[in-house]
Amino acid sequence: MATNDNHGENSEYFDGWKAYDKDPFHPNRNPNGIIQMGLAENQLCFDLIKDWIKENPQASICAPEGIHQFSDVAIFQDYHGLKEFRQAIAKFMGKARGERVVFDPDRVVMSGGATGANETIMFCLANPGEAFLTPSPYYAAFDRDLRWRTGVEIIPVHCHSSNNFTLTIEGVEEAYQRAKESNIKVKGLILTNPSNPLGTMLDRSTLESLVRFVTGKNIHLVCDEIYAATIFSIEKFVSVAEVVEGMDSSEVNLDLIHIVYSLSKDMGFPGFRVGIVYSFNDSVVACARKMSSFGLVSSQTQFLLASMLDDDKFVENLLSENLKRLGKRHRVFTLGLKKVEITCLPSNAGLFVWMDLRHLLRDNSFESEIVLWRIIIDKVKLNVSPGSSFHCTEPGWFRVCFANMDDETFHVALRRIQDFVSRNKAKVVEKSTEVNDQSSSDNVKKQKWREINLRLSFSSRVYEDRIMSSPRIMSPQSPLLRA
Amino acid sequence: MKQLSTKVTSNAHGQDSSYFLGWQEYEKNPYDETKNPQGIIQMGLAENQLCFDLIEEWLAKNPDAASFKRSDGQSVFRELALFQDYHGLPEFKKALAEFMEEIRGNRVTFDPSKIVLAAGSTSANETLMFCIAQPGDAILLPTPYYPGFDRDLKWRTGVEIVPILCSSANGFQITESALQQAYQQAHKLDLRVKGVLVTNPSNPLGTTLTRRELNLLLDFITSKNIHLISDEIYSGTVFGSEFVSVMDVLKDKKLENTEVSKRVHVVYSLSKDLGLPGFRVGAIYSNDEMVVSAATKMSSFGLVSSQTQYLLSAMLSDKKFTRTYIDENQKRLRIRQKRLASGLEAAGITCLRSNAGLFGWVDMRHLLDTNTFEAEFELWKKIVYEVKLNISPGSSCHCTEPGWFRVCFANMSEETLALAMKRLKEYVESTDSGRLMSRSSHERLKSLRKKTVSNWVFRVSWTDREPDER
Repeated sequence: MATNDNHGENSEYFDGWKAYDKDPFHPNRNPNGIIQMGLAENQLCFDLIKDWIKENPQASICAPEGIHQFSDVAIFQDYHGLKEFRQAIAKFMGKARGERVVFDPDRVVMSGGATGANETIMFCLANPGEAFLTPSPYYAAFDRDLRWRTGVEIIPVHCHSSNNFTLTIEGVEEAYQRAKESNIKVKGLILTNPSNPLGTMLDRSTLESLVRFVTGKNIHLVCDEIYAATIFSIEKFVSVAEVVEGMDSSEVNLDLIHIVYSLSKDMGFPGFRVGIVYSFNDSVVACARKMSSFGLVSSQTQFLLASMLDDDKFVENLLSENLKRLGKRHRVFTLGLKKVEITCLPSNAGLFVWMDLRHLLRDNSFESEIVLWRIIIDKVKLNVSPGSSFHCTEPGWFRVCFANMDDETFHVALRRIQDFVSRNKAKVVEKSTEVNDQSSSDNVKKQKWREINLRLSFSSRVYEDRIMSSPRIMSPQSPLLRA
Repeated sequence: MKQLSTKVTSNAHGQDSSYFLGWQEYEKNPYDETKNPQGIIQMGLAENQLCFDLIEEWLAKNPDAASFKRSDGQSVFRELALFQDYHGLPEFKKALAEFMEEIRGNRVTFDPSKIVLAAGSTSANETLMFCIAQPGDAILLPTPYYPGFDRDLKWRTGVEIVPILCSSANGFQITESALQQAYQQAHKLDLRVKGVLVTNPSNPLGTTLTRRELNLLLDFITSKNIHLISDEIYSGTVFGSEFVSVMDVLKDKKLENTEVSKRVHVVYSLSKDLGLPGFRVGAIYSNDEMVVSAATKMSSFGLVSSQTQYLLSAMLSDKKFTRTYIDENQKRLRIRQKRLASGLEAAGITCLRSNAGLFGWVDMRHLLDTNTFEAEFELWKKIVYEVKLNISPGSSCHCTEPGWFRVCFANMSEETLALAMKRLKEYVESTDSGRLMSRSSHERLKSLRKKTVSNWVFRVSWTDREPDER
C-alpha cells in the first residue's frame, strides 16, 4: 500500500499546487506570482470569527478565563466526544439547513475532517473489492479517501454538459446495471451535495428518486454535505435529512442513509480537522464511533467550537454574512467573465465556479486541456484545476475557486483573465470545428492559439518532473511557514 | 447485516474485552470524593494527571500562545484555521523532535523531517501497519500487551497479531526462543511475518527493555529481514533508571544509516508524558523515506488540529519548561509508584519491579481459587463490584498466566490512591486465604527487601534476576 499509486497524488490536481508553491502571489512581495485558485477554501468570514474569539476568552482552555477547565479537557479522549460539542454541531447543522430539519446529537460521530469521515464510512459500509457509484465530475481526492486503504472501488456515473451535468436516475440506474453485469458488487452511491466541482445542488425530487432507488436496491446513500452552508441563491439547500423526513417509511429504509459533514468549508476551518459522520443506521453509528479513535477531534478544538457554535446570535449572523459575501464574489466573478465571453455552469453554491473553456481548446482532447491549463498557470499566472483531474469526460472544463483570497487579490485575478482573453482575441484564428455530439447544444467556438508564445507542449513534462521531486504538499504553504 | 461491511460485525475492534467492560461498570458508578464516595475507583486508565499544575502555570505565563497570538501581538488565527498541510507545522515538529531527544538524555538525534504526525499513537500504529503490511500478514508482539493493539493493529488493516510468549519466570523478558517460536507459529498459520512491535517502556509491565533484549530484537529483525516498531509512548515516564531507546542501541551498534535502520520505526505521543490524550498528538519516526512519504499522505485521515500544534510548539520550544517538566514528572511518578507498591505490600500483594509507566503489574496469583483464567475473571469481578476498584485483568492483555492485573496509579489524587489501597487491604484480609497469605507474604517481603541492594534497582541481566516464587 505504501508503494502503490492509489493515493492519487500524482494527478494534475496537485501539480498546479506545486507550481504555485514555487511562485506564490503576494500583493507587495510578489505581485507577478501565481494566484491560487485551485484551493476550495472559504476565507471570507474570518473577521467575524476572530471578533468572537476575542470577545469570548473563556472558550479557550488556555486563556486565563478558561484555564480552570484545562485539565479536564486535556484528558478527555472519550470517542463519544464532548457532549456540548456534539450538541453544538447538531444545532449548527440544523441552522445551516434553515432549521428545516433537526439533527440528533447522539448520531454525531467525529472524524479527522471529511477526509477521515468519508474513509470511515467506506470502512463501515463496504468490504475490499466492493464498489460505490459516484457522479462525475467528482472531487479528485475521493480516489484516495474512498479507495486507498479501504480497497473499495469507485464506479463513476458520468454526467454531461448536454444537460448541465445534472445527475439523472437513468444515469445511476445504467451505471448500476453495468456494474452488475461485470460482477461488481455495488454497495451504494456517494455524492457531494452541493457538488464539488460543479457548485450545483440536487433538487428535492431528484433526492427523493435517489432515496427510492437505493431503498429499492437495498444499497446505501452517502451524502457529503460539506458545502451545505455555501448556498448563495434564493433557493434553499435541501438536505437528504429533510427529504427522508418527508417520505413515507415504505419508500425509504433509513438504515441506508448517511451524511458526511465538516466545518472546513462552511466555517473555513480546515486546520481544525472537524469531520462528522452522521448516520441514521445505529450499527453504523456504533462502528464509526469506534473507528473515530483513529481521528478524534482535538478536545481543545471541541471545547472552543462547543462554545462558539452554541452562540445562536453569532451563528445566525455568520451564516447570513457568509452567504452574502459568497454571493457577491460569485456575481462579480461571473459577470466579469461574461465580459470576455467566458461562461460558467449556472450554479448557486460552493466556493468555486465550473468554467467552460472548451472554446479555447486547440482540439477536443485532454491533451489540449492540459496545454491550456499550462498556459493558464504560466501565462495568466493562475492555478486552476483542470476538469480531467475530476474525472470529467469532456475536455475544456476548469474548476476555479474564488473564496480563498482577499478582495484585492480577487480583482487582480479577474483582471488577469480579462486582459489575457482580450489581448489574445486579435491573434486568434478561427477554425472550423468538429463539434462534439454531447456539447452540440451550445455553439462552441474552437480557436487555435498559434500566435501565442508558448514554451509548452510535452516538453512541459520536464518541468513537471522537477516539481515532482520536491516535497509534495497537499495545500499551499501557509504564511506561517514563512514567518 | 450483509449490507454493512464485515468490520461492523466483527469483534476485531476488541471492545468486547473485559478491558472495556470494567470501564463501562465504572461509568455507571464512578467514585467521587464528595458526591459518590462509595463509587468505583478508576484504576484501569493509564493517564498521567500528576503534572497539570506545571502546564497550567506555563499557560498562565504565556497567554499569547494560547490565544492565537504571535509574540508580536499579531493574530495567527487565520493562518492556523487554514493550515491543513499534512507535513505539519515545522516549528511543532522541530520542538517535538527536540523534546524526544531530551527525554533520551540528548544521546540520540531526531530529524524533524522524518517525523509524521498522527491523531494519537492509536492512529500512528494503525498507519504504520498500513504501510508495512498487507491483509493476512502478521506482526509479532510480546505478551502481555496493550489491549488496544487488537483494534489499532488488526481491525481495519486485516493484519494478524502472533504473540511472543513471555513468562513471569524471568520477569516477562523477551527471549530468543520465544521470538523463534512466535515466528514459527506464524509460519504454521500460513502468515507472513512483517515485523515485531514492542512497547518500550512496556504497557502493562511498567518496565523498560534491557539492552540485551534490544540487541536480541535487532539481531532478530536483521536475520529475518523484517521491521521493528518501538512504541515509546511511555518514554518520558521512566523514573527508575535511564531509558534505553532502540535508537540508542542502533547508535551503539553503529547501525545508523544502514539497511536495518530503515526498518526500525519509533512511535510516540504526548498522551502519557504530558498527560494530554485529548489533544490527539501522535507521531511516527522512520528512517525509511517511503514509509515517511506514505504515512504522511495517510495522516490526512487524522491530522493534528493546527490550534493544538501551535500551542504545543510554543510550549515544547520553552527548554526551561521542558527540562523542569521532565524531571518533576519523573519524580512524582516515582513517589506514586512507591505508594502503590507499599500499599499493595500491606495487603500482602507484590508487583513486578518496575521503573516506568503509569501502572503496576500486580501479582494476585495467590488470591485465585484455581490457576485458571476463569478464576482470574471471578477475582476481577469481585474487585470491580465488591472492592469497587476498576483494574485490568491480565487476560485482557493476553497474558499467558492467570492472576496478574494492571493497576494504574497516576490518574487520581494521593488520597484516592490511599483509599484504593485501604479497600484492597480490607478485602484481602476478609477472605480466608488472604488472611493467611498476607501474613506470610509480608514476612517474605520483609526478608526479600533485606537481600536486595535497593528497592528500585532494575534488572541488569537475566542472570541477576531473582525468579518470582509463589
